Amino acid sequence: MNYLEELISSIFTDVGVYDAIKVTFQMAVWSTLLSSVFGISLGLALERNHFPGKRIVIRINRTLMGVPPVVVGLFVYMLIMRRGPLGFLNLLFTIRGMILAQTLIITPIICGMTYSYAAKAAPEIRVFAKTMGASRRQTEVLMLKEMKYELYFAVITGFGRSISEVGAVMLVGGNIKGNTRTMTTAIALLKSQGIFHEGMALGVLLLVMAFLIQSLADFFRKEAEFHENY
Amino acid sequence: MKKRAALLLSILMGLSAAGVCSVQAAEEKGELMMATTTSTADTGLLDYLAPLFLEDTGWELKWDAVGTGEALKMGENGDVDIVLVHAKASEEEFVANGYGVERFPVMYNDFIIVGPEEPIAHTDDVEAAFKQITDDKLPFVSRGDDSGTDKKEKKIWSTLELDPTVNENYVESGQGMGATLTMADEKQAYCLTDRGTYLKMKKDADIALELEIVCEGAKDLLNQYGVIAVNPEKYPEVNNEAANEFIEWICSEDVQKLIGEYGVEEYGQALFTPNAGTEN
Repeated sequence: MNYLEELISSIFTDVGVYDAIKVTFQMAVWSTLLSSVFGISLGLALERNHFPGKRIVIRINRTLMGVPPVVVGLFVYMLIMRRGPLGFLNLLFTIRGMILAQTLIITPIICGMTYSYAAKAAPEIRVFAKTMGASRRQTEVLMLKEMKYELYFAVITGFGRSISEVGAVMLVGGNIKGNTRTMTTAIALLKSQGIFHEGMALGVLLLVMAFLIQSLADFFRKEAEFHENY
Repeated sequence: MKKRAALLLSILMGLSAAGVCSVQAAEEKGELMMATTTSTADTGLLDYLAPLFLEDTGWELKWDAVGTGEALKMGENGDVDIVLVHAKASEEEFVANGYGVERFPVMYNDFIIVGPEEPIAHTDDVEAAFKQITDDKLPFVSRGDDSGTDKKEKKIWSTLELDPTVNENYVESGQGMGATLTMADEKQAYCLTDRGTYLKMKKDADIALELEIVCEGAKDLLNQYGVIAVNPEKYPEVNNEAANEFIEWICSEDVQKLIGEYGVEEYGQALFTPNAGTEN
């Protein structure tokens, strides 16, 4: 591990790239996990329940899918700053604060995608489950199973958003070296220092890592599929 | 339904086009593109000077406010016509390497150390203040972005032969002066800043800064600004005519006087001290 650290710091100057990589993935994994739990449950609940004003809720959800991250960043900043309502939690300029902002950005995306898939697939699955005499719980499990590729895609989309985000994490995290600096905010800093080539190199590194994670996820998905077919 | 939506859209587009046209209608000779530091923009000085420059010469001043390092880089790439920055050594190197024509001093402001009133008592001794920060491991937020202010801070540390990084409460924000000041305020930390940005933030920010000046007035805290036209021999496409007119204009007695008056009314003290024509 130390060898890797040395290698990376020999390529990049002193913006703290090794720590930035760690912070980026720590933040992305946690915020994707939380957003997936909230987003998928909310999306399924939205499909299952009918209530007055549902169309408005869906429309608001779709709007939030495109909310500018920097707006969410500012909102969270004002919430958790020292003199803000949640200031006592000391979340400002911490990774936990960044995860909070990211979760607020990504949850509507996963929720909206889940709802769209469920609205299309659920009626058929429900009829099928009913004819098989499945319980409510079994129907839900069947629903998740039937939609797993779509949900997988929603989660991957969320993860992609999470590692590529810069506006909100800059505001809430503060880009503190070795602490809350992510790969994207490091790129913004390198640009502001006029060191363009290192910024590009870091961008390519980020893409390569995203590619590797996609491949890994695909591999596990195929494994799971293979075993299931027996 | 579709037709109505299309109509609405075209009305909106028409309105925005009309807005653009009315802006362009003002008569001007063209644009002068400047790369400058965040402090000249954050203090509002350029917003104050640009309309006067347009009135006097007919050139429209546009600027990109970045750190000194990036501003000079933009000049080296020929992306701008002129640079207005504050890092004398880097500026002289910029000219020596043939990217700039000649450096002219314009004005100076000064750096101050701001932070909580306790435990550092108000002083004019930079060394004592920095020593106390390191010795007592007081929180300190550095720009860490290679800007003019950052270079100044690093230079003070090295002149004092102190290593700030042994203090685990010393952090680098990697952001501009305004964001760094806000961070210092949130963390109740100390910070080296230019006076202008501090005064403006203290007065105008929604959440007024609680930071107080703890160190000011030392000679090594002065901050000299220089203006340099990008060399047209290197980049023929730059607007050298407008750049030269700007230099002549900003160094003129009248404009120098305006610079010296800027901020007095609003902040009770001048943000910049003009000194064109000196050797600084």
